[in-house]
Amino acid sequence: MRRWLVALGVLVLGRGRRPPRLDRERIVPEGLPSRGAEVLVLALFGLTALSAIAFIVVYAWDAIPHQTQSLGLAIGLAFAFLSAALIVIAHRLVVAEELEDDYPPPAHPVEQEEIEQLVEESGDRMTRKRLLILGGGAAGLAIGAALVTPAASLGPVLRVAPLLRTPWRRGLRLVDERGRPYSADEIEEGTFYTAFPEGADREQLGAPLVVVRLEPAALDLPDGREGWAPDGILAYSKICTHAACAIALYRTPTFPDVQPRPALVCPCHYSTFDPATGGTVLFGPAGRPLPQLPLELGGGGELRAGGNFSGPVGPAWWGVRSKKPL
Amino acid sequence: MPAGLIRLVLLGALALGLPAAAGATTGAGLYSENCLRCHGVGGSGVSGQGPSLRRVGARAADFYLRTGYMPLRDPEQQPWRRHPRFSDAQIAALVGYVASFGHGPPVPAVHPEHGSVSQGLRVFTEHCAGCHQVVAEGGYVVGARVPPLDRSTPTQIAEAVRIGPFLMPRFPESQISRRDLDSLAAYVEYAKNPDDRGGWALGHVGPVPEGLVSWLLAGAALVAVCALIGRRGTE
Repeated sequence: MRRWLVALGVLVLGRGRRPPRLDRERIVPEGLPSRGAEVLVLALFGLTALSAIAFIVVYAWDAIPHQTQSLGLAIGLAFAFLSAALIVIAHRLVVAEELEDDYPPPAHPVEQEEIEQLVEESGDRMTRKRLLILGGGAAGLAIGAALVTPAASLGPVLRVAPLLRTPWRRGLRLVDERGRPYSADEIEEGTFYTAFPEGADREQLGAPLVVVRLEPAALDLPDGREGWAPDGILAYSKICTHAACAIALYRTPTFPDVQPRPALVCPCHYSTFDPATGGTVLFGPAGRPLPQLPLELGGGGELRAGGNFSGPVGPAWWGVRSKKPL
Repeated sequence: MPAGLIRLVLLGALALGLPAAAGATTGAGLYSENCLRCHGVGGSGVSGQGPSLRRVGARAADFYLRTGYMPLRDPEQQPWRRHPRFSDAQIAALVGYVASFGHGPPVPAVHPEHGSVSQGLRVFTEHCAGCHQVVAEGGYVVGARVPPLDRSTPTQIAEAVRIGPFLMPRFPESQISRRDLDSLAAYVEYAKNPDDRGGWALGHVGPVPEGLVSWLLAGAALVAVCALIGRRGTE
């Protein structure tokens, strides 16, 4: 441990130090400069920086296959190279004589100076200190940048319009996975259906819906949503408002007298939404209700959208509550 | 009360010559002794005690009795699999009696031997694995424990898919076709003894134990590296 601290001290403090006084007696035995080891350390620092930069590139480049594995490989290699560089410094560059004397308390200036001298002399073997510090700095900076990069995914800072756009417009039909339109009379109670907008891109965050039917008498929707649930059929965004997983579970009691009420549940973190009251959160980490899509019945009894969602679809971001879907 | 204890109490009651719960032999007799209090006369249901059985048919009766879910001691309790309370003949009589209440669905016919395990895995992943886990080990949802399916027969799987017991949704034929149900049953049979290519199954419950083991292995590797590059003090 001490040697690692010394190595770090050499890197941090070594720059711009006064030249060692010649009249002083050495504490640390003299070590021979080792240019080979220095070159190796520089190469390892370089590889660290390259791996860290590779992490940033892979992060930004979505088209790459096995992106997650490549990310892990890049950041793992960066740390492996960094630790290899530190190991080489400790083993081959810092003078490695064990000095078992206890460090004196720092209150005594003479001994303090001795320690400074000790640190200084331990780094004597390094002939190109500034270059090494530069290399170490570059490696550290690149790793720091790599670690900060994922913050870019926390959300858009300036342009949020793409997040608010949904394909749903009044009159658009609800279709199943195979593109067949849903009719109201095939929607049964006690089960749930996934629906998409007819003819639109299904990969959009705002496209998938979860559709359920409840007793019309059991509904208690917020004000202003009268007529959103014809015959008790309700449509909600299938994307959880917590972390954007798909709402893939529907809790539905066999005997409602004594069992918990029907609920849409996200399997990732168990956010639980109440379809009867407009998607309000019953349990879990989600911070806002599931957006509801108003429904209408077409002339042939088919399900059609009655407009756009009640709120923005998908996970939360700064200011999401004040926005309306586009 | 665990199934073993119930059996013990029943045996004790028989030994003492008291009228046991399983005294009657006809469906109507068994029903009035064991089911009537909660499900009412003729399966009409009792508010706060038990749902109506008028249209559940032989399908639900067969499922709840053969899994030991019913009779339930307390209506608020989640039914959990245990040894059936009744003999096969008694179950057949009860199922016939409950089916006579109304036009309910029959016990479904399921043919796992006609199904494909890989298609079953697809259906299971899409509809079941969210709660039951991908190798049918069970787990938890908000408000309920999710049962493992390691002792479910193909018929019970088919019944549960169509009924949706306790808090589970039901899946009509428009959601899971008969053919897919055969495959689903085939997959659940396979999942009872899955082929563990990775070696350690670690309970088949997914990333949590796998992550723990990875941390343990990585920790051991780190200690090994430390021992390699470090040196002991000279005291």
